[in-house]
Amino acid sequence: MGSLKLENIRKSFGKVEVLKGIDLEVEDGEFVIFVGPSGCGKSTLLRVIAGLEDATEGQVLIDGVEVSAVPPAKRGIAMVFQSYALYPHLNVRDNMGLGLKQAGSPRAEIRQRVDTASKMLGLDDYLTRRPAELSGGQRQRVAIGRAIVRNPKLFLFDEPLSNLDAALRVNTRLEIAKLHRDLKATMIYVTHDQVEAMTLADRIVILNQGRVEQIGSPMELYNHPGNLFVAGFIGSPRMNFIEAGRLGESGKGTIGIRPEHITIDPSSGEWQGKVLHVEHLGADTILYLESEKAGLLTVRLFGEHKFAPDDILHATPRREHMFRFDEAGKART
Amino acid sequence: MSRATSSLSRSIAAHAILILYTVIALFPVIVIIINSFKERRAIFRTPLALPDSETFSLIGYRTVLDQGNFLLYFQNSLIVTVVSLALVLIFGAMAAFALAEYRFRGNTLMGLYLALGIMIPIRLGTVAILELMVASGLVNTRTALILVYTAQGLPLAVFILAEFMRQVSDDLKNAGRMDGLSEYRIFFRLVLPLVRPAMATVAVFTMIPIWNDLWFPLILAPAEQTKTVTLGAQIFLGQFVTNWNAVLSALSLAIIPVLVLYLIFSRQLIRGITAGAVK
Ligand SMILES: Nc1ncnc2c1ncn2[C@@H]1O[C@H](COP(=O)(O)OP(=O)(O)OP(=O)(O)O)[C@@H](O)[C@H]1O
Ligand SMILES: [Mg+2]
Repeated sequence: MGSLKLENIRKSFGKVEVLKGIDLEVEDGEFVIFVGPSGCGKSTLLRVIAGLEDATEGQVLIDGVEVSAVPPAKRGIAMVFQSYALYPHLNVRDNMGLGLKQAGSPRAEIRQRVDTASKMLGLDDYLTRRPAELSGGQRQRVAIGRAIVRNPKLFLFDEPLSNLDAALRVNTRLEIAKLHRDLKATMIYVTHDQVEAMTLADRIVILNQGRVEQIGSPMELYNHPGNLFVAGFIGSPRMNFIEAGRLGESGKGTIGIRPEHITIDPSSGEWQGKVLHVEHLGADTILYLESEKAGLLTVRLFGEHKFAPDDILHATPRREHMFRFDEAGKART
Repeated sequence: MSRATSSLSRSIAAHAILILYTVIALFPVIVIIINSFKERRAIFRTPLALPDSETFSLIGYRTVLDQGNFLLYFQNSLIVTVVSLALVLIFGAMAAFALAEYRFRGNTLMGLYLALGIMIPIRLGTVAILELMVASGLVNTRTALILVYTAQGLPLAVFILAEFMRQVSDDLKNAGRMDGLSEYRIFFRLVLPLVRPAMATVAVFTMIPIWNDLWFPLILAPAEQTKTVTLGAQIFLGQFVTNWNAVLSALSLAIIPVLVLYLIFSRQLIRGITAGAVK
């Protein structure tokens, strides 16, 4: 129980159209991630699903039932907000239990569910504290706990980890993955972070300016991007784009090659170029190469390499990993 | 604290300035209080001296308490101030919440309309107000004063509170909605506590002018039964003779209730003024 269907969702604020017709089906138990550049409407879409905003047009169906007349609290949805949004005047236990209390659950049951959730998240020792007395990571766990306690059909996460530092983010990411396995609930998750998207998602929905660019599993998007936008958005560092004409290929369009699919040789290769900058990341080395033929290239090499700026190198793309896009930016098949 | 900000000479200078300001601000109040305990001749001969055994006298207070119904006046002032204050705060906060939280046609226009009263003094409408009160039979009632003061206080209250309420996190309100709180609960339990400092600021700025006002009590409610303290104290100010003992005593007494109210709000007030400056 917990499938979601969006049919042609549109949302305007005044004259500005923020969502321009979104169709999406999410199956029960799926983990779907929305990614897209800032301001593309991810949070707005999430709020429409939750019922916190009314869609200007279109339908939201939860478990096949149209929910436009159902208030947020009755949709069987729980939401975790980017800014935690804990009630400052309540302690952790009451923060987690408030939703159930409002729904009229018996006290014993609230107690028991809060206890279960807090054990799951390691919050046992903090139940009597106020939010102000918790660290950022603990607050985020309380926010997640507040969602779990309500035992929802559908979880909505709006960039839940973006306020945490790197180490904590990895931990919490693992916790969320585990949570999804344990609860088997449907989850919709908004993030800016590529790694989060690639590691957590069953399917990724790429949004751009209020439209869906492509939907697919992480590897589908990585291996078969449908257009230039998706190709540029998924993968880090970004894919190199080269005008087809420069490489002497027939027809107009763009060639894409990922930084990790270029090999480097000091003496021979297809594209000769000069090193502009080198980034040593330990496991990887990132080279920025100014080549005559292909323009500025980003190259990702595994392991340590002792290249320095102004070295002359030769880059060779691995043909089988090249992407071709037509003039309009769509992938050629 | 860092070395640079804690040097002795700087801190002395800062304190000197603050002390000077305090003295200037408190001086008239202290003169009033000192002199209210002296007999008439001493008030004029040595206005700055503390009362001693010779000049000490409670004659002023005795006059005030004997003559007229000062207790009643106090009661009137308190009722009018407290009720108006309560109405301003509750209606102001609710209007501010609506303006800050909901998108509806004419939202901005409504906000401007409500703020108009800040720029146009309510006294310009005195004649119309008086006619209105006469027509509705409210002359010489505390209700008349309460209505006028509520109208007078609302614009600034709405303006300040709406600004503060816009800063309350949307996520928090939305979290409340997800948990099934009604809009009223969200307003009273989540938003109001977070804008408490702003409420205190508004309370003080609303309360003082109401307590001190002479204009509307004189015009709308000059009857013995509905006189306020400020109006009541006027009986001692004659055209030819002024009973200074009584005037000073009445004024001293009038300070007490505002002082109490102010102390209640002031902790919050300081937080309101410095909000955003810290953190
Ligand atoms: N209440 C509102 N009134 C007017 N415009 C709004 C409102 N909320 C959002 N918008 C606009 O809608 C667009 C999408 O906003 P949204 O918050 O959904 O972006 P987002 O994809 O979540 O961005 P981010 O990744 O930065 O959080 C933005 O251009 C924003 O200015
Ligand atoms: Mg957002």
